[in-house]
Amino acid sequence: MPEMTLVEAVNLALARAMEDDPDVVVLGEDVGINGGVFRATVGLQARFGPERVLDTPLAELLISGLCVGMAVQGLKPVGEIQFMGFLYPCIDQLVNHASRIRNRTRGRLTCPMVLRTPHGAGIRAPEHHSESTEAMLAHIPGLRVVIPSSPERAYGLLLAAIRDPDPVVFLEPTRIYRAAKGEVEDNGEALPLDVAFVLRQGRDVTLISWGAMLKETMAAAEALAAEGVAAEVIDLATLKPYDEATVLGSVAKTGRCVIVHEATRTGGFGAEIAALIAERGLTSLLAPVARVTGYDTVIPMARLEQHMMPSVDRIVTAARRACQFS
Amino acid sequence: MASKKMADGGLPVVARFEVRHRNYLAPDGSINRPLPAFASDADLLTALYRAMMLLRNFDRKAVALQRTGRLGTYAVSLGQEAVSVGIASAMRAEDVLLPSYRDNGALIWRGVRLEEILLFWGGDERGNHFSGPVEDFPFCVPVGSQAPHAAGVAYAFKLRKQPRVAVCMFGDGATSKGDVYEAMNFAGVHKLPVVFVATNNQWAISVPLRLQTGCETLAQKAIAAGFIGEQVDGSDVVAMRAAAEDAIAAARDGQGPRFIEAVTYRLGDHTTSDDALRYRSAEEVQARWKEEPIARLRSYLVGQKMWSKAEEEQLAAECHERVEAAVERYLATEPRRPESMFEHLYADLPGVYAAQRRELAGEGDA
Repeated sequence: MPEMTLVEAVNLALARAMEDDPDVVVLGEDVGINGGVFRATVGLQARFGPERVLDTPLAELLISGLCVGMAVQGLKPVGEIQFMGFLYPCIDQLVNHASRIRNRTRGRLTCPMVLRTPHGAGIRAPEHHSESTEAMLAHIPGLRVVIPSSPERAYGLLLAAIRDPDPVVFLEPTRIYRAAKGEVEDNGEALPLDVAFVLRQGRDVTLISWGAMLKETMAAAEALAAEGVAAEVIDLATLKPYDEATVLGSVAKTGRCVIVHEATRTGGFGAEIAALIAERGLTSLLAPVARVTGYDTVIPMARLEQHMMPSVDRIVTAARRACQFS
Repeated sequence: MASKKMADGGLPVVARFEVRHRNYLAPDGSINRPLPAFASDADLLTALYRAMMLLRNFDRKAVALQRTGRLGTYAVSLGQEAVSVGIASAMRAEDVLLPSYRDNGALIWRGVRLEEILLFWGGDERGNHFSGPVEDFPFCVPVGSQAPHAAGVAYAFKLRKQPRVAVCMFGDGATSKGDVYEAMNFAGVHKLPVVFVATNNQWAISVPLRLQTGCETLAQKAIAAGFIGEQVDGSDVVAMRAAAEDAIAAARDGQGPRFIEAVTYRLGDHTTSDDALRYRSAEEVQARWKEEPIARLRSYLVGQKMWSKAEEEQLAAECHERVEAAVERYLATEPRRPESMFEHLYADLPGVYAAQRRELAGEGDA
C-alpha cells in the first residue's frame, strides 16, 4: 500500500467518490486549477472537468447555500471552506437549512452534502486561520460533524461522509495535513461514521481526543507507559452524533478519564463528554474527569499559539494526577 | 448619472444600463399599451382572477382562524395577490419554486392544498410535506436565505442539461441581504436557469423602502450581477404573467438568469402579530387600495365581457365552499405523536438519540 499524507488521502477520497458517482460535485474557492489552498483538490478539475470541480466566487455563505440547493436536487456536493475561521457565514445555512430540511419537510426533501474545512491551529497561519469551533457545530441537530486523525481515517471517513444521506461537516486537522503519514489503500471502502476508534488499549486511564490533538495524546500515552501507566486512547472521530458506548465502556474499565481538545474550554465538546460520564458513568469513576484544553481566550496569533494548545506535558500531568487521585 | 459626469470630464463611458418598467392594466382596468398574446385567452385571464380571489378568501379565513386561536401567526398576501399568482402561472410543473413565507398564491397555483398551508401556519411540519411538485421547496422564513438554494438548484439543472427553471421569490427587504446578492452573482457567472422575483411591497415589516436601499429601483440590482432586471407593476397580473413568461422562457432557453421587481403594496399587516398603524398611516393604506390587483382585473374582464355578475357570485360561493372544506380537513387532522419530532431528523435515527425518543414517548427515562 502506498504511504501518503492526510491531505493526499483527502484528495484520493474525493477522486474516488467522483469516479464512483457522477452526482459528486466539488466546489469552493480556488479548488479548480489551483487545487485548493492546501492542495486537497489538486488534479480533480483536470480529471473531472470544470462543471464538476468549480471555482466559486469568493463568498462562503454562497458555497454552503449552493450545496444545500444542489443536494436537495440530488447532487452530492462537497464544498470547501478554506479555513474554519471563514466558516461562520455558513452557520445560517447549516442551522436553518442543511440540518433541518429533511425534518421540516417530513422526509420529502433531503440534503446529502459535505462541507469540508481545515480545523485548528499550529501552522503559524495569519489571524483567523486557526479556529477549532467544532462544539458550535456539534450543537446542531440533524448534522454530522466528523474529524479524522490519520490518512487512513481521512480517506475512509470522507468517503463515508460523501455517501451519507445527511449533511456532514468534515473537519480536517490542518496541523497534521502533511505531518501525518500512513498507508492508504484506494479500495473505495468507507469507515463507519458515528463510531469512535480505540487507538491504544489500556486499563489505567482513558484519554479521549480528536483531530490533530491525537498526536500529542498518543505521545502522552507513550510517556505514561514509560511510567507504568497504561492509557487507553480514543479517537472520537464523529463528534455529532458521538459514540457514547465506547466512551462509557472505556471509562467503566479504567475509572479515569482525561479529555483533550484544542478548542477553548468553556462550552467545549469536552464538557459534553464530561457531562455524559457524570450522568452515566459516575459509579465507575476513581478520579474526577479532567479536561486538557485550549484556554478561554481568543486564539493568539502565530507567536503565542503554541502556548494555547495542549502540550504532551499537560496531558501527562493530568493523567498522572487522575491516577494518583485518592 | 456617474457615467455622464465622467463623460463630461472627457473620460470614455465603458458601460450604460437601463431598467424597463412593464405595465398593461391601469388601476381602473383600462389598457396602457397593447396586451400580450395570452391576454386574448379568456380562460387564462379568468383562471388568474379566480386564483387571486381564492387567495384573498383564504387569507381572510386564515386571519379569522388565527384570531380565534385555531392558527398560529399568519402572513397575508392582501394587495399583492397578482405577484405570486402571475409568477406561478408561467411556470411548468417540472420547474422548481423556492418561495418566501408570503407566496401562498404560488403554492396554491402549483397544487399545494389549502389545508396543507394551514397546517404549516398552524405549527405542523406536515404542511411542508405537501401535494405540490415534489421538488418544490417549502416556505423560507429566514429572509432571502433560499436564494443560494435557487442558484444550486439551477446549477444542478444546467449540469444535467435539463430544460428546467428555478424560480426564487422574496421581498424587498431580502434584496438588502448578502445571500441574495451572492446567489445572483453566481447565477450571473454561470448563466444559470433561474428567475429571481422581488416582491417590492414597500415595507419590510416597519422599514420603508427608502431605508432599505438608495437605489431608484430594485431591478437594477440585477445589473451588478450581470443580467437583466425588469420592473413590473406587481398589481397588474397581466404584467406579472407576461414578465414571468419572458423571464422563464429566456432562462429555459439558456440565456441565463433574470430578475423581476414586482412593485406592489402590502395592504395588510406584516403578519397577524403586527400592527401596521404603528408605522404607517391609514390614509396611506387607503390611497393604495385604488391600485389593488383584483378590482383592476375585474374591471378589465367586465369591460371585455369576459366576466359577469353571475360568475362573480358563483365564484364567491365556490371560494367560500373550498376554503371552508379545507378548514374542516385542517381542523380534523390527526395530531402527531410528540416522539415523531425524531422522525426524519436523519435518514436513520442514530442509536444515541433513541433513549431521548423513548423518554418523550413515555417509554422510560433518557
